[in-house]
Amino acid sequence: MTTTDLIIGPQHPALHEPERFVLKLDGEYVVDVVPRIGYVHRGIEKAAELRSYIQDVYLIERICGICNVAHSLVYVQTVEALQGFEIPPRAAYLRTVVHELNRIHSHLLLLGVVGELFGFDTLFMYLWRDRELVMDVVESITGNRLISAFNVLGGVARDVGPSQISEAKRAMEYLRRRMKFYKKVFAEDPTVEKRSKGVGILKPSSALSLCAVGPVIRGSGIKTDVRADDPYAAYGEIPFNVITYDTNDSWARFMVRVDEVFESIGIIEYALDRLPDGPIRARFPRRVREGEAFGRVEAPRGELVDHIISKGGDKPYRFKCRTPTLANILAACEMMRGGQIADVPVSLSSIDPCFACEDRLAIIDVSKGERYSARIRDLMAKYGASR
Amino acid sequence: MGLPKFISEALRAVARRPFTLMYPFERREPPEGYRGKQVFDLSKCINCGLCAMDCPAFAIEMVEIGGKKWPKLYMDRCVFCYQCAASCPKNVISSSKLYELAGTSRSNLVISPEPPAMGGGGA
Repeated sequence: MTTTDLIIGPQHPALHEPERFVLKLDGEYVVDVVPRIGYVHRGIEKAAELRSYIQDVYLIERICGICNVAHSLVYVQTVEALQGFEIPPRAAYLRTVVHELNRIHSHLLLLGVVGELFGFDTLFMYLWRDRELVMDVVESITGNRLISAFNVLGGVARDVGPSQISEAKRAMEYLRRRMKFYKKVFAEDPTVEKRSKGVGILKPSSALSLCAVGPVIRGSGIKTDVRADDPYAAYGEIPFNVITYDTNDSWARFMVRVDEVFESIGIIEYALDRLPDGPIRARFPRRVREGEAFGRVEAPRGELVDHIISKGGDKPYRFKCRTPTLANILAACEMMRGGQIADVPVSLSSIDPCFACEDRLAIIDVSKGERYSARIRDLMAKYGASR
Repeated sequence: MGLPKFISEALRAVARRPFTLMYPFERREPPEGYRGKQVFDLSKCINCGLCAMDCPAFAIEMVEIGGKKWPKLYMDRCVFCYQCAASCPKNVISSSKLYELAGTSRSNLVISPEPPAMGGGGA
């Protein structure tokens, strides 16, 4: 069979970040997809090795602006595990609250963007209006509407008072009412139904074999969530449900996110009602002992993994981060196979892609067609760069 | 299938006032504890340099004035994380609600230290 190549990206109106997908087409149908990542590699892992553990909190928080709380949370948890450090219970609860607020805003952001991709701009406007309410709560708790700088080594940066708690609860109550309406829209509206039901099928077996994570694998009916499987922060003490849908299509993945917002609202209300008294942070040493630690959290997009090696001292020897989009990108290609060209943006957005977070660097020798990885030191020696 | 759910919502919104504000004629007051422009109270400063050491954006430089080193903040590099305030043993640095920091020159975005007069009380 002869196929036609259609190249989407790196710059493309349907993608908000640069990434390249080569679609092999048979008429209107996608036969195969070849992804090409690495356009916005920023070298954060290397930069983290050159900064102290305290400075790294803020650097790693900036891997992803949208799920910044998840990134800083997994980093501080990994460093605390490395040191064998217990944080105060109040800090664990506050981390949970801000992490869930972050999840709500991330899910609402995606659902709005999806509305825009459907050609349903009204949904986009309304969802983003109500998302602003969550941002206001984050602003009053952390001091900034997006980048929270809330998780620090040994606890959290600031405490919440009674007025902030009642403001957050009022906002959650209002948001629950609004989300009931949006759930109806996603479940019943003809535009959403026609554009997402049966689009981007990911069978449970392929979701497992491609190691999909987060709402993508839960949309294929597989019950896995780091918050339930390996509880961190205060999740061990808070009841919540792991949402799954079993229609395996893009619609299922959007509905997982809609329902997860309800669960997050429940978690926030539960945690704020039962906030333990006591200190919000304990003194964390500047120098971390030698060793190796591994940490994971459930970021809004799925399982987020950090691995840190310490040789003692105040800087990590190696920092490694696996973001959920990197795990989901192959699943996204599987979703596009067999679908039409017009369904590609919907399938792709259903994994909630965040390309800048997942980009990796590989060096390709164009003349020989070889692909290899190298250390910065070797590259500098080869190309004569000086520090 | 029925009528699209959004029609009634959109009709209701016609009678409501807009959600957005007419900035810059209307401004929202940031909440208490907002991380805006920094305020330095150098009368408490002990010239230790911890703020410059912990700054993740390398935005604080210790400059020498009158034989002692004082913090100079480059706000164009600052990421407003307030780690400097957390690291400071004497609470020299506090936040203000000033957030309109855009300018046409980077030199306007520098907070130069004005150390308290030698031997005098405080600024």
